[in-house]
Parts: sequence; structure tokens; C-alpha cells
Amino acid sequence: MKPASFEYHAPDSVEEALGLLTEHGWDAKALAGGQSLIPAMNFRLARPAVLVDLNRIDELAFIRRNEDGIGDGGPGPDGVRIGAMTRQRAVEKSELVAELAPLLTEMMPHIAHPQVRNRGTFGGSAVHADPASEIPAALLALDASCRVRGAEGERWVRAEEFFLGLFGTSLEPDELLIEIALPGPRKLTGCAFREISRRQGDYALAGLATRLKLDIEGCIQEARLAYLGVGGGPALATSAAAALIGEKPTATVFEDAARTAAGELEPMEDMHASAAYRNRLVEVLTREALATAVERAFGSG
Amino acid sequence: MSSRYFGARIRRNEDESLLTGRATFVDDVQIPGTLHAAFVRSDLAHGHLRGVDAAAALERPGVIGVFTAADLGEYWQPGPLLVPPAPIEGLTFHARTQVPLAREKVRHVGEPIAVVVAESRYVAEDAVEDVIVDLEPLDAVADLRAALAEGAPVIHEELGSNLAAHAVQTKGDYDAARATAGLVLGRDFTYDRGVSAAMENRGVLAQWDERSGQLTVWDTTQAPIPIRNGLASMLGLSESQVRVVAPFIGGGFGPKIMMFYPDEVLIPWISMRLGRPVKWIEDRFENFFSTTQERGQLHEAEIALSSDGRILGVKDMFLHDTGAYNPYGLTLPINTQCTLLGPYNVPNYYSEFRVAFTNRPIVTPIRGAGRQQGVFIMERLLDLAARELGLDRAEIRRRNFLSPDAFPHDHEILFQDFAPLVYDSGDYEPALDRAMELIGYEPDGPVPSESGGGSPAEDGTDGEDGKGPSRRERLRGTGIVSYIEGTGIGPYEGARVRVEASGKVCLVTGVGTQGQGHFTSFAQIVADQLGVGVTDVRVVTGDTREFHWGTGTFASRGAVVAGNACHAAAVAVREKILGKASEILEVAEEDLKLTEGVVRVQGAPDLSIGLGELALRSNPLRGAVEPGTEPGLEATAYFGPRRGATASGVHAMVVSVDPETAMVEIERYVVVHDCGRVINPLIVEGQIHGGVAHGIGNAFYEELDCDSEGQLHNASFMDYLLPTATDVPPIRTAHIETPSPLNPLGIKGVGEAGAIPVAALFAQAVEDALKEWAPGLEVRDIPLSPNRLFALIEKTRAGGGEEGA
Amino acid sequence: MDATQAVAIRVTVNGERYERSVEPRLLLSDFLRQELSLSGTHVGCEHGVCGACTILLDGQPVRACLVFAVQADGSSIGTVEGLERDDGLHPLQAAFKEAHGLQCGFCTPGILMTMVAFLDEVPDPTELQVREALSGNLCRCTGYQKIVEAVEAAAADLGGSP
Repeated sequence: MKPASFEYHAPDSVEEALGLLTEHGWDAKALAGGQSLIPAMNFRLARPAVLVDLNRIDELAFIRRNEDGIGDGGPGPDGVRIGAMTRQRAVEKSELVAELAPLLTEMMPHIAHPQVRNRGTFGGSAVHADPASEIPAALLALDASCRVRGAEGERWVRAEEFFLGLFGTSLEPDELLIEIALPGPRKLTGCAFREISRRQGDYALAGLATRLKLDIEGCIQEARLAYLGVGGGPALATSAAAALIGEKPTATVFEDAARTAAGELEPMEDMHASAAYRNRLVEVLTREALATAVERAFGSG
Repeated sequence: MSSRYFGARIRRNEDESLLTGRATFVDDVQIPGTLHAAFVRSDLAHGHLRGVDAAAALERPGVIGVFTAADLGEYWQPGPLLVPPAPIEGLTFHARTQVPLAREKVRHVGEPIAVVVAESRYVAEDAVEDVIVDLEPLDAVADLRAALAEGAPVIHEELGSNLAAHAVQTKGDYDAARATAGLVLGRDFTYDRGVSAAMENRGVLAQWDERSGQLTVWDTTQAPIPIRNGLASMLGLSESQVRVVAPFIGGGFGPKIMMFYPDEVLIPWISMRLGRPVKWIEDRFENFFSTTQERGQLHEAEIALSSDGRILGVKDMFLHDTGAYNPYGLTLPINTQCTLLGPYNVPNYYSEFRVAFTNRPIVTPIRGAGRQQGVFIMERLLDLAARELGLDRAEIRRRNFLSPDAFPHDHEILFQDFAPLVYDSGDYEPALDRAMELIGYEPDGPVPSESGGGSPAEDGTDGEDGKGPSRRERLRGTGIVSYIEGTGIGPYEGARVRVEASGKVCLVTGVGTQGQGHFTSFAQIVADQLGVGVTDVRVVTGDTREFHWGTGTFASRGAVVAGNACHAAAVAVREKILGKASEILEVAEEDLKLTEGVVRVQGAPDLSIGLGELALRSNPLRGAVEPGTEPGLEATAYFGPRRGATASGVHAMVVSVDPETAMVEIERYVVVHDCGRVINPLIVEGQIHGGVAHGIGNAFYEELDCDSEGQLHNASFMDYLLPTATDVPPIRTAHIETPSPLNPLGIKGVGEAGAIPVAALFAQAVEDALKEWAPGLEVRDIPLSPNRLFALIEKTRAGGGEEGA
Repeated sequence: MDATQAVAIRVTVNGERYERSVEPRLLLSDFLRQELSLSGTHVGCEHGVCGACTILLDGQPVRACLVFAVQADGSSIGTVEGLERDDGLHPLQAAFKEAHGLQCGFCTPGILMTMVAFLDEVPDPTELQVREALSGNLCRCTGYQKIVEAVEAAAADLGGSP
């Protein structure tokens, strides 16, 4: 289990990295934390000819308050911005993240183990877009935006447009994810993360991140439910979310929404879980996550 | 002799080197100039090998050689049949053993076809990809039942079918007993395969020294002496020219036994051919194909009982999967057959098995070795019978236990060591009582929670203080099962004890050691005899240059067989010490006392002589000695038990099950265990804990996802799930001691015990938890993943009840 | 220039400075074991699950099989060989011996390196915290119980507990 040979570059700026990616095109692969890429290389399932190691680009590792917002209807000036090469462990431990995006703080410990999170990066996991991983689902639930830069310039991409199915993103081979902006906490809004895995730190058999906003009457005004482990990518349950709008948050409403979610998602089957089993887990977890999110929404008001 | 160390919680002598990273494992041996090997392996489970083209590989810089079956000439031989079949009447047995490199056919995925040797493992793996293998696919058969079906692809054509063995063992007359029964209950059961998953993969390093004519082989083997003997014979060398060293080994669990794996046979040959040290270290991916596996069996079993729950007889017919080859003979199915009988009085028994070749990796013993399956069948039958009869589960066991005066008890069938299955000693009820007490077992309402039966328990996954619908209901259940284990079989082991001029003691034995604490437990035995400190006994194991005779570490036999050999050698040295001291001090032996490394005269404190001084004087450099005198304070002794010693135990657990998600948590675990006299309780507890964890893995986590074509889809630790620290509960242990009369120390083996009854226990506890949620649910297949349990619950609740299936 | 060619790197391991030239694909685990002969770091799976190769990279426990040696250029690395103190075993090592927290010992170095960092961060852990922190290291011999006991004892010894 030794990786095949590759050409190695360790640029220390984004510009230099983009130059290398442009130069090598499809032959090149950006190396972030390496906690998914290197195992794949050790199995020789991945064999990039050129590795562009981003670990020396200090400008990509930061967590800061989103002072100005990003405009264009994206996350406003009350949230947090996380550099793509920020270690997952740093996000987990960040007080700023706990204050401005507590869903992430709740979710991060579910990712593998500390030894992996010490190395794995926030952006790396987003770009890898493993359908069973936590970060993409959280970004969808929170309606985060991703700043992407290429030789041609840069753009902000909403999470919904960023993730494209199984291990797919809208990132071009000569582009880099620079940072992710997350909206800040709102009144009458609550989030929750739930997952079930076989063992501590395993990929989830199923899981979800949800964000609910209530109106002043206590009815559900906005709902986002983003799933992991159940589809070809991080998946939004839009019908279930739509069915919640305008409803009083009761156990029956949650159960109906949970069933709707289980019905609209198309879980894959593997040795660890049949589709029927995943549907059951989706139902149970949805019910629970919605209840928790509503409690928190009331608490936030 | 007083026993200062035997029975005491002695800290281990070997720990410092392991804790500081200084302990040398096979891959830690670094010899300058070493070449590295990697294998070209079959990616098909069954195929004709039409050709191998290594030209491109040979051109790659850094590649030294590529070897195929054709290059081996006469060295190409199928491996030895390690265990000949037991002399069972009417037995059918066909031996087909693994080959070093495939020649005409491949019979399982991962079977080696060629070996590449290069300057580094990295380059060797590059070159493996350069080798072009021409394989013509044949239909494969991976499923055990399918392998024996009419028209199945035949793996060893000349046999005409995939039947590797067929045997029947009987006692009494089952059919006659059945005719008088109050209850006859029959079920089918499945026990699936797993891997041993020692944390250290296998590895071999061989160094041929042309000038001295010496071959040294470092091998992760549990049995260095048989490997040395076999290699010498195959390579045409004297046994004195071959040294096999099994240094620190990172876990054995069975598959590191004297397999003569292709790599074990090839690496030394290549080293001799190239005149350079050659190393092969198995990687984790390879391990899923190139190291042996175990446990695949299908049973059709039936139990006949009186209306008050006494066993009249058991009938069991099973299929056993041996994989593509069967070098280990019939050890596994015979262990299953014998262990099924458990601690019970079973007057009539009919047991028949068929062994099938399949297109899967080879099957040989893994910790428990066939016993798990036997215990699972019997304990499941008893659970289901108790349910039918309205009897308590503990009570049905109690009613059928052999009584303490029933020993020795002859079961009238043959065990794996070819000796009759005779239990040496045991006392089972006290173990049951103790386990019931420790787990808080309540007959007929066996839920030891504060809140009562089937009660909702908190779901610990919710970090909030929240109430309401985010809480999931969990149901508690308790299980209690018993088992026996035949341990410590022959043929023999040996040991040599020597007092050195420093006054310290050197103890050498031939068995390999893989973490069982032999450096300490053997030292305890010897230290007690010689009146020295346990840290003054240096234990050498696993090096054939140090000790010539022996077999290996398997069948929970290290402490029993080698331990008693150490004891015998120490007793002999003690006699020499006292004899010599008596001669020098001119005092009768009866008046001498051996403590703290000094022989003292009782009542005359000034008169004494140290062991070092005695050792020196036993080895004179000048002067004459009496004819027949042996130098030194040294003795070698051997021990071979007449037959195995029967260990036993009762395990109990409390589980909580989330009935909606089928997730199971083991909350508490109790082991009451009888391994005869305990040398070191600390080590015994550790062995039990590890065994239980292994058993939990087999019961709930570990599963090989192999398709009907013999392709494995989860050859990694990402998808082959080993239990972690959050999956194994705290385990409470208690000991019962019925010494074995078959060896002077009264020891029974313990290495495998913990793993044996766990699946049976888990099944019972889960059923108990779900008895109201899914009445009639029966667990008959292991492993029971949440995925499978979910399907079982849904089927049972939908009315697909399993009664009489 | 062929960038697959060896690259010069400088690392500090257990306080000692080393300069070596490495092929970019060389895993840090192999570098430590083969180039520096620090074979106490063990290799159990090479895909980041078993934890046997856990080392401290700039003070943080990471899987050495999931880092290329070339990436460690300029870093400070701690391995099991650096744990011992002048006066003998590190309290965590001593606790493992005392509690019988190891059997074959193959997984032990990775567990020690993981738990040294854990106890720095959580000096007075609960049993559940210890088990969760351990869950990224596989052990096939011990069933973990005596490892947990060892870590709890070490925590007390290191002054975390009252």
C-alpha cells in the first residue's frame, strides 16, 4: 500500500498554486489535509501525476468574523468566514465558530477522530464532497457560500450550486476553494445536527443538518434539511422542507416531514445499510433533529 | 516450596521495551542491502493461468527480479498438510494444500501468481503493476451451500466435486431419544466469516549468508520450530543451518501458525538465490486475502428434550467452508462438533459435517477455532427450547449441567487431538450462580434496570437536556450463556532453565509469543522454584537457535504445555541446586532453604551460598569431576499432556436496543471463568477482555462483504469494522478454580476463552430486549449487524414470524 | 526539473535535527521507520484507521501514514522514542505497565502518542472521554479496559485529578 510516484509542488501563495493548477490541468490534484486523498493514493485508487500541496499557503487558514458580508444575497456581516485550509480541529475548537455557527461546533466531533481532524481541513472536506461526510451537508443546511478563485478571477458560489452529486463540485480543475462564508445566528432560528454511524467517528449510515426559522406566531417560516449518507451527494429534502412551512411545530408535523424526507431521498444500499434501513434512520433522525432545532429556535428568540 | 509469584498480579517483564518503542518486531529488523518483495496476486477468484509476462517489470529501474511458478523448478511443491484428519470411522477426507505460486489455476482472489523483488517496496509495487497476467476466467463459487450443489464449478477438478471432507460422530441413539421427547425443536443457523485482524500484519525477512552457510529467517509466526524444520527440509539444508526467529509479534490469534504461507516459503528461497536479504511485509489490503480466515458454517440442528427441559439428545448437520485449500485438516469442524456439547449432559448425539472447498481465501483457526459456532448452536437451541417450555433460560442450563462428580466425563467422540473427548474437571453451577449475581439476573423477568422491564432508557447521543420527541426509547435485555473449551492439547513443549554465574536465570522455550505475557508468566513459574525474583528470570522464546524442539502457540496451550515444561525444568534445576549446595555446605538437603537467590542452612544463618557462586562451582575450569557429571545448573524438560484440559465459563451481558434504529449498546458484561489454577490474574483478565472484544466484533461489527463471484468488497479497516474503545463495555471478571488433574500445575488454557460464547450471548440478550417489541424474534445468523437486525425486527413485526422455520 | 526526484527536508524529531533527501511519495511513517530507524512508530493499516502510526506533528497527534515526509519539512515531530524521561518511563508509560494496558504492544506507541496529547488537553477526563479519545486507535488484544484504566491512572499521576 505505497502510493505511486508523483510530481510534488508546495506553493506558498494562492497565486502560485493557481499557476501550477493551470499549468498541469487534469494531471494535477490539490492536496489539502490529505485525510481522504492519501489513503486513496496508498490503495492506488488515486494516482495524480502532480500534487499541488496547499499546506504552506498560510493565507488560506483563518477563521474570522464576516465584517462586511459578501453581498449578492449571500451571508451577511454577522456570520463567520473560514479559510479553506483551516484544520477541522481548529473549527471544532473555535469560540467564534461556536458563537456564530454553533451547528458546526456540534457537528465537527462526528468527523473521524482527533488525529484526522488535526490534519484534515474544512475546505478539503467540502471539495472532496463525499456524500457520507458531514461538512457538505452542514454547508447546505446553513446556505453557506464558497469563494472560488481561478486564473480568470473569482466568484462566490452558493452551497447548492457548489455540490454536484457524487464526489462532484462546480470547482474547475484550475480553480481553488478559498474560503467559506456562513450566515450568522438569527432570531427565532435553530439548527441541529444528527447522525447515526456504526462506530464513533465512522462515516454516517445516515445523518442530517437542519435549520429552522419560526415566525413570531411560532409557525415554521423557513426550513432547510440537508442529508448525508443517503444519496449520491449531500442532499436537500426540499419537499419535506416545503411541507413544514407555515406549520406549528408539533410532533405530528415532524413525523410527517420525516416520512416525506424518507420518501423523497433515494438512499443507496451498501453492506452497512439497506435502502429501507436508511429510510428508517432518516425518519428517526429527522424527527429528532427538527425537535431539537425548534427548541433552539424558541431559545434564540 | 512457597509460591510467591504463582497466582500473583505480577507486572510484565516485557513491557518496558514495548512501551519505549525498543521492542523489535519483524519489520523493525533492518539489514543494510535488503531487497523488498511484493506479490502479483490474482484478481479473479477462479481462473486458468495462461501466462505471466514480466518483461516490462524487469525493465523498471530498481527491480532485481520477478519470479513465477516456472522459476521455482522442483522447489514448487504444495504446502504440507499440517494436521492429518482424526481417525474417525467412515471419514472422507481430501487434502488440497496451498501452492507457493499459482501454476495452472488460481482458486481465490489474492492467490499469489508472481513475486517481484526490488530495491524498495515502493518500486516493487510499481513493478507489480507492470506484470501482465493472462487469466482465463472460470465460473467461481464463493457460497458454501452453492459449492456443494449439483453442477457447481469444481475447484480441484480431479476430485469431481468440492467436497473436502465428510464425517459423522455419534453417541448413543439420537433417533430413539427423539421418539421419547417432550419437545423436539429444529432450526437453521448461519455463522459467517471474519478475519483475525492482528494489528501487525504478517511478514518475513530472510538473510542467506553464503560464507557461513546460514539462513536466518525472521517470521511473524506462532510456530518458529516447525517452520525451521520445514524450510530446512525444503531447501536441502541441515536444521542447524536454518534459524527462524519469531521476535515480538503483534498479535497472532491463529493465522500466524506454521502455515507455510507462500511468502514464508518463497522469501527464504529468493534470499538464497539472490544472495541478499529479502523482506516482505504484508499490507492491510493483502491481509484480507493472503492471511487465513475463519468461521463460515451453516447448521441444521435439532434438540430433543423432556418436558421438564432435560436434554435427551442433539442432532446437528453442518457445512463448513474451508476456502480454496484445507491445510489445517479437520481441526475446525471437529472443534465445532465437540464444543457444541458444552457443559451439559447430552446422552445422545448425532453430528455430521461436510467440508466444502470454495473460491475464497483459506480457512484455518482463529481465536476460538470452530468452538464459537458449536457454542452458538447449542446455546441458541437451549434458549429457544426454554422459551417453548416456559422455562427460565438460566434454569434450563442448570438442569443440564454435568454434576461435579461426573468427571472425568467421556463424551464418546474424538477431539481435535485425536484423543477421546473426555472432560478432566469442572464445576459449572457455582459459575452460573456467580454470573447471575454479578449481572443481576432475575429469572422470568430478567431486566436488571431500575426502571423495570423493557423500559425506556435515555439515549446518550443527545447532547441537549431536551425532552420530547428527540428522545428515543431503548429496551434493555439480559443474556446468560455457558460454554466449555478444550485447551492445552499436546503433543508437547520443552524448556531449558539455566542458572548463570550472575545468579540470574535464563529460561528458554520453543513456543512463540504474541502478547500473551509468556515473558512474565513463565518467569513466575521458574522464579518460584528457584527462589529468585521474577525479573531475574530472562525468558527467551521464539528463536530456534536457542531451543530445538517444540510445536507452537495454538489451541490455548502456551501456559498449559510450555508452562508445565518450564515448571519441570525448574524443578530439576532446583534439585541440582540443592544437591550441589548440600555437597559444598556439607548439610543435608532437607536442611537447606532456597530464597532470594541464596541457599541457606536453616538454623545457621551464617552458612549460605549464592546461586551465582553455585553456578560457577558447577562449571569448573580445572580439575577432575566425577564421571557422568553434567556441568552447570541447567536442566531441560518436556511436558506432553495425555489430552486437553477443559476450561469453562459463564458469560452474561446487559444490552440496550433502540428498536427503531436497531442500534445495540452493550451496557455491562460479566465473565465467570474457570481456567484451572491461574498463574497471573492480571494477564488472565487481559486475555479474557481481549477475547470478549474479539467476540463482540464477530457478533456485531465484523463482516466480510463477499459476492457470489468471490470478490471481497470491504478489504479495509474503513469497512471491516473492528470494535473500538467505545464499542467494548467494561468487563467484570470472576474466577472459579477447578484445577486440571492432567498437569502438575493444574492449569487450563485461557487465550481463546473470552471470544467463544459472545455471539450466543449477544443473540440471547438482543432477543430478550425485543421480546415485547417483536415477539417471536429469533436471532439465527451471526454477525448480527444493525442492518440485519432491522430487517429481522421488521419481518417479525410484520408477522413473518420465524416459528418453526 | 523532474519533481518526482528526491527533495531535501529538515525535521526535528524528539529534539534531534535531521536532514534527509526523500522521494515525494515517501510516507512519513516509512520515513521515520526506515530513514531515521525510529521503528517504534508502527504501521498497521496505511489508510488512517488503526492509529498505530500516530505521532505528534508540531505537537498535534496525526496519522503518520497520511502525511508525506516531504510535507513535514521544517516540522517538529514527536514519536514514542521521545517519551521516556531522564528518570525513567513517562508517567503514562508507567501507568500502562502498572495496569497491564498492553499485550502484544504493537498498537501501544500510537495509543501513547494519542493519549499524551489528550491528557494535555483534558487533564482530568471521565471514563467516557478517555474511551472517545481512544476510539481512533484499534487494539485487538486488550479489549481496551486496562488501557482505559492506565490512562485514568496516568491522569491522576500527572496531577489532573484531585
